[in-house]
Amino acid sequence: MAPPAEVLAVRGLSKTFPGVRALDDVDLTVHAGEVHALIGENGAGKSTLIKLLTGVYRPDAGRISFQGREVSFETPLEAQKAGISTIYQEVNLIPLLSVARNLFLGREPRTRLGLLDFARMNREADEILRTYGVRVDVRQSLRTLGVGAQQMVALARAVATEARVVIMDEPTSSLEPREVETLFTVIRRLRDEGIAVIYVSHRLDELYAVCSKVTVLRDGRRVHHGDLADLDRIDLVSTMLGRELGEVRAEGQTKFSGEHLIADDQPVLSARELSARHKLHGVSLDIRPGEVVGLGGLLGSGRTETAKAISGSLALSSGAVTVAGVPLRGGSTPAAIRAGISLLPEDRKSEGIVPGLSVRENIALAVLPRLSRFGLVSESRVDGIVDTFMKRLRIKASSPHQKVGELSGGNQQKVLLARWLAMNPKVLLLDEPTRGIDVGAKAEVQKLVDELAADGLGVLLISSDLEELIEGSDRVVVLKDGAVVGELTGDDVTEDQLMRTIAGEAPPRGTPEEAVTHG
Amino acid sequence: MAEATLRTAPLDKARVLQWLQTYGVYAGVALLLVVNIVITPHFLSAENFRTQAVQVAPVIIVALGMALVIGTEGVDLSVGAVMALAASATALYLGYGLLPALLVVALFAAGVGLANGALVAFVGVQPIVATLALMVGGRGLALVLLPQLEDLRNPALASLGSGDALGFPYLILIAAGLALLVAFVVRRTTFGRQLLAIGDSRPAAELAGLPVRRVLILVYVACALLAAVAGVLATARLQASDPTSLGNLMELSAITAVVVGGTPLTGGRVNIAGTVAGAVLIQLLTATLIKHDLPPSWTQIAQAIVIVCAVYAARGRGKR
Repeated sequence: MAPPAEVLAVRGLSKTFPGVRALDDVDLTVHAGEVHALIGENGAGKSTLIKLLTGVYRPDAGRISFQGREVSFETPLEAQKAGISTIYQEVNLIPLLSVARNLFLGREPRTRLGLLDFARMNREADEILRTYGVRVDVRQSLRTLGVGAQQMVALARAVATEARVVIMDEPTSSLEPREVETLFTVIRRLRDEGIAVIYVSHRLDELYAVCSKVTVLRDGRRVHHGDLADLDRIDLVSTMLGRELGEVRAEGQTKFSGEHLIADDQPVLSARELSARHKLHGVSLDIRPGEVVGLGGLLGSGRTETAKAISGSLALSSGAVTVAGVPLRGGSTPAAIRAGISLLPEDRKSEGIVPGLSVRENIALAVLPRLSRFGLVSESRVDGIVDTFMKRLRIKASSPHQKVGELSGGNQQKVLLARWLAMNPKVLLLDEPTRGIDVGAKAEVQKLVDELAADGLGVLLISSDLEELIEGSDRVVVLKDGAVVGELTGDDVTEDQLMRTIAGEAPPRGTPEEAVTHG
Repeated sequence: MAEATLRTAPLDKARVLQWLQTYGVYAGVALLLVVNIVITPHFLSAENFRTQAVQVAPVIIVALGMALVIGTEGVDLSVGAVMALAASATALYLGYGLLPALLVVALFAAGVGLANGALVAFVGVQPIVATLALMVGGRGLALVLLPQLEDLRNPALASLGSGDALGFPYLILIAAGLALLVAFVVRRTTFGRQLLAIGDSRPAAELAGLPVRRVLILVYVACALLAAVAGVLATARLQASDPTSLGNLMELSAITAVVVGGTPLTGGRVNIAGTVAGAVLIQLLTATLIKHDLPPSWTQIAQAIVIVCAVYAARGRGKR
């Protein structure tokens, strides 16, 4: 058999956004009948690459050849017509139209009179969907289907448009395990039919189950490409995160002091078997006063969801949280805050700060009822609190009345910390506390976390910065696909051990590891 | 000071727009006053001012509630219907005396506000849709209660509509008192600050543990109560209950006053003084054109121009 043809060849692709070099001289070669894993952490450039391939963005430099011809797509529709179909995380179909109409949208079969041939459309839709393991009434509106089935319709639609390349961007993030199996069957069938699939996912099991080739992006550059079989899990994780195994590091890069004095008493926070549909599967963890517990894992492993579940902002299907021995009513943010839990959210700009209000109002936001009598705010008490925390956290603003939206990222983060510290919390959940803030502010925030733990707070630290996570945490609980897969304690709190645990190798301390299926 | 910066930096567009949004409405009111003093005969008479003020009072009261709702990034289309409902209920229960009738009116209004608030806060319906439902339903209920215009002969009600205290009509005193009250609530109470935070960033307000739903419901109840006050006052002035036409298009006048007054539709900011001035501006504009015998269509065109200017000035601020 002749070697499979190059169906897609990308050479030297670059794209710059104001202030960010999103993609820098990236190559990518995809052959017909190949399932190609495209992986990388947040900000690695995966989405940018996909958007360049599908005509959403125009490249600054570089060439894209598709089926041997150089192409330059102006719109996603053009790319789709040429034969590059994309399935996004969120289903982008029309919920109110029938399943069959969605499947044939834009290329409906017509009768001789030019009217829509519904009978034929429904019959063919039913036949097509059966091959995808979806048995539904195709005349129903799409929204009556489960997310998994909708995803299958999207997939069927993408393939039915005679695609030569199908790009799947985290297609399994909302699928049940059974549906994932169906998806894999479909992907293997596409592969056998000579269609190339570019598969984006953070779930290592999935990658090894269906992919043959891999391209790893990091900080906008291609850092690895080749056969997936040649790269074992631990190498894959370390390539992705940009940390080499056994790498000797100079200590003291971060501002963490190291060990904390942990009172060896009851945990201040205890989460038991937290489960939420598609997101968390029985996550348990304890935090003692004065302890910084790190939460490790790849993107999409359930770290943010765990923090949100504990803070009551993610509805749980089962599980319980107790704070200092007192059970917490689930699913209520105000109840969690009253119990002493404070969450510094990952998305500071849209979930943290109230941009149009002043520094003063932002700091006082949560604590306001405590500074009021009969609903009237005591301005002098607000001033007192604001003054205290602006000094203590060294918040740089022209005045307390400056809008928070105008501050730097680091100062915004400090304002949020001040908002929570004013509440005298028992537990602080920090989700990426230093992401996107400058080096100086980063060091200050890290030092502050240390001080707070020393004052007896329980801290949960989530960070994609491995160094920060390892040096800042006394223990690290490692998550994968929404479940705890290991815990690092004592001398095991190292980047090596963390990456091994993420990769599913040598789980420390005998944590039962689920059976891993190698592809 | 502001004018000085304007003159020295005529090309600084963002600054001009900022100034226009904050002070434009007052400048507009001042301009119209000066123009009218010059060109309109008898404009400076006490009688004229009294007429203008009495006419604008109900709009101001409704706009106060509207400003609160818009501050939460919402809108309340049902205010006109609530006015009609207040008129019907007043006519029906006036036989028991003015106070009992007002109590019933308040209950009806609170009911509409609760329904609006619950639809927005709990069901998650978009404010424009939720209040549209109550706008249609509320007017319908008003007409069921009282199918046609009814003359009211109640001395207490009559004096509320046309009486004076210290030389000022009650209507104006009530509107002024309510404006001060609402401004105080926005500036000095936890409720007011939480309202602004919710309007600016609802996800952040939720994660900060604010009682988002309670605040939203209270805001819609407050808006309905204020509309009911306006409805009762308008009925008192007419000395008749007219559920068919009372409050028609009032929601648009109120939104206009709020927007012209510099409160952005994107929420997070409420300008009470501006809202009052916005209502006065539109009133003066209408009066000016009417006094110079221009057809009503001209009034509408002039209003449209003012609204477009206000929205244009607000545009610069919206992009933070």
